[in-house]
Amino acid sequence: MYALVTLLRKELADHLGSKRFVILMALVSLSGLSAIYVAGQSIRQAVGDESTAQFVFLKLFTASSGVLPPFVSFIAFFGPLIGLALGFDAINRERSSGTLALVMAQPIFRDSIVNGKFLAGVTTIAVMLSSIVLIVAGMGLWMIGVPPSLEEVLRIIAYTLVTVVYIGFWMALAMMFSIFFKRITTSALAAIAVWMFFSLFMGIIAGLVADRISPIDQDQSDVSVAANEQTASNLMRLSPATLYQESIATMLQPNVRTLGPLTLQDIVGMVPGPLPLAQSLLLVWPQIVTMIGLMLACFAISYASFMRQEIRGP
Amino acid sequence: MSGQPVIEAVNLTKSYGAFTAVNKLDLRVKEGEVYGFLGPNGAGKTTTILMALGLTEPTSGTIKVCGLNSTRDALKVKRMAGYLPENLGFYDDLTASENLRYVGRLNGLSETEIKSKVPLLLEQVGIPQVADKTVDTFSKGMKQRLGIAAVLIKNPKVVFLDEPTSGLDPEGANNVLNLITSMSRDQNITVMLSSHLLHQVQKICHKVAILSRGRLVAEGPVDSLERQTFGKGKMSVELELTSTPPELIGVLQRLDGVASVERSGDRLLLLCDRDVRANISRTVAQNGSALLQMKILGHGLEEIYLKYFQEGGA
Ligand SMILES: Nc1ncnc2c1ncn2[C@@H]1O[C@H](COP(=O)(O)OP(=O)(O)OP(=O)(O)O)[C@@H](O)[C@H]1O
Ligand SMILES: [Mg+2]
Repeated sequence: MYALVTLLRKELADHLGSKRFVILMALVSLSGLSAIYVAGQSIRQAVGDESTAQFVFLKLFTASSGVLPPFVSFIAFFGPLIGLALGFDAINRERSSGTLALVMAQPIFRDSIVNGKFLAGVTTIAVMLSSIVLIVAGMGLWMIGVPPSLEEVLRIIAYTLVTVVYIGFWMALAMMFSIFFKRITTSALAAIAVWMFFSLFMGIIAGLVADRISPIDQDQSDVSVAANEQTASNLMRLSPATLYQESIATMLQPNVRTLGPLTLQDIVGMVPGPLPLAQSLLLVWPQIVTMIGLMLACFAISYASFMRQEIRGP
Repeated sequence: MSGQPVIEAVNLTKSYGAFTAVNKLDLRVKEGEVYGFLGPNGAGKTTTILMALGLTEPTSGTIKVCGLNSTRDALKVKRMAGYLPENLGFYDDLTASENLRYVGRLNGLSETEIKSKVPLLLEQVGIPQVADKTVDTFSKGMKQRLGIAAVLIKNPKVVFLDEPTSGLDPEGANNVLNLITSMSRDQNITVMLSSHLLHQVQKICHKVAILSRGRLVAEGPVDSLERQTFGKGKMSVELELTSTPPELIGVLQRLDGVASVERSGDRLLLLCDRDVRANISRTVAQNGSALLQMKILGHGLEEIYLKYFQEGGA
């Protein structure tokens, strides 16, 4: 146990003191603050006219004035990068520098190394994200002068947790590659390739496959269009990026009532208005559980393959 | 404890697929011994040491350290056994002291113990002046000394040193060898060291084992090994003559003290029980030939080593 604590402390100190962390933190805070500033400005203009809309505070995070993307988009974009940056050389750097052998020569269980790195990574992400959310929330509060309601606070906490899981998934994935590949450049490239695939090509592929499985018929009937869209969006849910986007949209926009295309049947009888938090969570529960599952799966694979590996140096 | 071997391998075998890296090895190392493990590249030295520390599992057979099975009780073994890996590395961004403290913590030492021990160890290995310098500024020799300090911090009963002098200049190598001798003499630590640099092993080891292609080909104290491998001969001499009349070979063979005569090209190779060089040169002159050159090929481990290495095809 003392060994895990020692490893965890070392890893955390390494992360939090690293240049990498400082750069990422600066980048994300800067873009986050600008996004909130722009959103705050447009909300300030809007406040007073029409409705003093509900959930103004949440709008700070999601509203876009067109000048800059909203805060949540910045995080959705940088999140995977943060995860990859924290994990891609976790094990193979220590292997090639010979420090893995140094640590393995000490009386510790082999799995403490992977566990320590994983826990330290997730903690770092949590620290980074919660401080950024606090900073931008503070600035938002100062700009619009409307304090968040309890529900808004809870929703922001839920958003932060889900984002930690999402970034944690990318870190676990990158860590897995750092165990599979002995060379740092290879593991970095592999991690970036997966990220590119999900963020750029998944949409195209989902569209193509959907056209194959449920093609839109000649006269573009509503039914066939809807079926096609449904298939495509189901396919998209294979991507962690989609799972994340759906989760946070529901979490921060209480008006989101369903995910995916609506049919008339769905809308009939629907009471317009925001969903309570519990209902929102229920709606995206499968997405959240899947993301946690993906993160744990990457961790489990890393764990199993590290336990099997020779510890021999380069 | 005395009498019982500190390291004992029985029928130890390690295969990687169809390739056998260590083949039915039997070894016993007594308490307080400095045991040299010799062999060409790929002989299986590192593999054996890794098995002794429970860092890789034997395919069959067992290895015990201090009476504990290294595979089943790896953690307990690593508590008592120090290990200097062949490509040891330290955390470059930490100082020598910080690296040592980290290793101490991984061994579960208390902070007060660590505080008092670290300066003493750095003193002992002769690098107290760089205690607070980061390791990236260290020469190879300094790193190796730090490695030995890291091995000693746990008060080991036995240490495994994998090529402790590789990459060091003669002076650096000598320093390290002296450290090894003194830890065996002053602290009664059992030492197993691997190397392919014979003269070093010869100088400091009580006993040596020669490994070739995973098999133990000779084992014992240096002097007894010589007798064992050379049969009766204790010294080999090479002669270069003006001419080699056939009868000369017969005469030399019958000379008292000469065990065998072999012709290799235009030279003669003699194995002798003792120094009979005067007799040899007289005999040559009496038989109508003249001596151009007489060379002692050595009678140390070098001969044995070369003999096996040529046989091993390495
Ligand atoms: N993971 C592995 N898979 C397959 N073969 C391996 C593996 N590790 C080592 N070997 C092989 O086992 C043999 C013994 O290796 P080992 O490292 O024990 O040799 P060594 O005596 O330490 O050599 P050196 O002097 O080069 O350090 C080598 O031929 C090596 O190629
Ligand atoms: Mg080796």
